[in-house]
Amino acid sequence: MSAVAKPKPAKTPKIRVEDLHKSFQGKVVLDGIDFSLPEGKSLVVVGPSGTGKSVLLKHLIGLVRPDSGKVFVDDRDFWALSELERTAVRKKFGMSFQEGALFDSMNVFDNVAFPLRRSGRPPAEVRKRVRECLSIVHLPNVEGKRPSELSGGMRRRVGFARAIAHEPEILLFDEPNTGLDPIMTDIIDEVILEMKEKLDVTIVTITHHMESARKIGDRIALLAGGKFLYEAPPEEFLKSDNPAVRQFVEGKAEGPLTVEFEREAATAVSEGS
Amino acid sequence: MRFLEAIGRALLRLLEELGRFFQMLWQAASWLVRPPYDVPEHFRQMVRVGVDSIPVVFLTTLFTGMVLALQTFNGFKRFHAESLVGSVVALSLTRELAPVLTALMVTGRVGSAMAAELGTMRVTEQIDALTALGTEPVQYLVVPRVAASVLMMPLLVILGDFVGMYGGYLVAVQLLGANPITYIENSFQFLEISDVTSGIVKAAVFGLIFSLLACVRGYYTEGGAEGVGRATTRAVVSGSLSVLFADFFLTKLLF
Repeated sequence: MSAVAKPKPAKTPKIRVEDLHKSFQGKVVLDGIDFSLPEGKSLVVVGPSGTGKSVLLKHLIGLVRPDSGKVFVDDRDFWALSELERTAVRKKFGMSFQEGALFDSMNVFDNVAFPLRRSGRPPAEVRKRVRECLSIVHLPNVEGKRPSELSGGMRRRVGFARAIAHEPEILLFDEPNTGLDPIMTDIIDEVILEMKEKLDVTIVTITHHMESARKIGDRIALLAGGKFLYEAPPEEFLKSDNPAVRQFVEGKAEGPLTVEFEREAATAVSEGS
Repeated sequence: MRFLEAIGRALLRLLEELGRFFQMLWQAASWLVRPPYDVPEHFRQMVRVGVDSIPVVFLTTLFTGMVLALQTFNGFKRFHAESLVGSVVALSLTRELAPVLTALMVTGRVGSAMAAELGTMRVTEQIDALTALGTEPVQYLVVPRVAASVLMMPLLVILGDFVGMYGGYLVAVQLLGANPITYIENSFQFLEISDVTSGIVKAAVFGLIFSLLACVRGYYTEGGAEGVGRATTRAVVSGSLSVLFADFFLTKLLF
C-alpha cells in the first residue's frame, strides 16, 4: 500500500522520501512520511488544510530541511550534497506556489523568463517560450503587466507558467487550481496531464479538488496527522471504505479527521493555559 | 529570576544575531566569487545605493561643514585661534564626520529599503521561489546589495569631504569674513593623505556592516506585514548603532 507501484523494479525512483519528520516550534507537522515516485508518474496529495501538505512539498525541493529522515532525488541524498550541487539539483524542479510567489519587481514576461534566462537561453528562444507558456495558461495579453495588477487567479496561472517554462524533469504544484473557475481548473489539469504524457515529467500535486486528483494522479495520498493515512490509485482511493478517506471524499463535517482537529485543539488549549 | 531570564534571553538573541551575521558574511563572500555574475543587477544596486544617495549626502555634509565652521569660529575666537578653523573643519570632516554621518544617512535611506524589500520577498515566498528556480537567493539578492554598499560608500564619502569643506569655506569666507586664500591654506596645512584614506576605509567597513545587517534582517523576516515593519525598524536601529560602535573601535585600533 505504501510503495507506489513500479513498472520495472530495476528503475530507480525519481523521488524517494524516507521517514520524514518535521516540527515547527514543538508542533509536529510531518511524523514519518515514506513514499517513492518513479519517473513519469504523478502523485496527488490531498488532506485537510493545515496538515503540512505544503511543508511536504517544500521538503522535496529542499526549501525546508527535515528534522530527521531523507529525501532522495535521482537516488542521491539531497542533504548530503554540497551547496552547489543542491542548487544544481533544484534546477531539475519546477514549482508553483499557492499564492503564485511572483517577483513583484518584474513584469509578467520577466517572471516567466526568469528560469530561462538564468539557464542561459538565447533571447529569441526565451521570448518564444514565454509566449508559449503564457498561451498555455490562456493569458496572452498580460506580458507587460506587474503582478500587483493581476487578480489572484491570474497570478496563480502566471506562477504555473513560470514553473513549467524551463521544461523541468520534476514538477511540484501547490494547489494549482484553487480559486480558479471550473473551466480554468480543467485546463490546468489538461496541461498537467499533457506534460506528464509527452515529456515523461514526474509530478507531485497538492489539491482539494477530488475531481482533479482523480484525473491527474497515478496515485492519491491522504495526508493527515503528519502521515500518509492512505495511498492508492485513484479508483481504489475513491472507492476505499477507510473512514478518513470517506470523510474527505464525501466532505463530511464529522469523522476521524475532525476528531484529529479536536484533539489538536484540545492540546493547544491545555498547553496555552 | 525574571530579570535573569530576561538577560539570558537577550544574550541568546544577540548570539543568534551575531551567528546569522557572520554566516551571511561567509555565504555572501563565497557566492560573490562563483558564477553566474549578474552584472546588470550589480549596476542597478550601485545606482540605488550610490547615485540615488547623492542629494542626501550632499545636503548632510554641506550643512555639517557649515555648522562646524560656525561653531569652531565662535569657540576659537575666545582664544584668538580663528586661523585654525579651516584645519579643524578639514580634519573633523575627513576623519570622522563625513564617513559617520554619510553612513547613518545611507543606513536610514538604503538599509531600510533593503530590509523591507527582502522581508516582503520572504513573507510572500518570493525567496523560496528563487531557490525553487535554481537561483541561490544570497547570490542573487544579498551579494549585489552588499557589494554595491562597500563600493559606493567610499565614493559618497569622498564627495562628502569636498562638499563639507566647501560648506565650511562658504560660512567662514562669506559669513564671517575670513580671507579666502588663508582659509584654504589653513584647511590643507595639517591635512594628511592618511586622514582622507582612513575615512574612506571606515566608509567601506560601514557599508559592509549596515548592508549586511539590513539583508540579514530582511532575509530572516517572519510574520507577515508586521514582521516586515519590525525587520525594517531593526535594520535601521541596529545598523546605525553598529556603525557608531564600529567607528569607535576602528578609530581606536587602526588610526
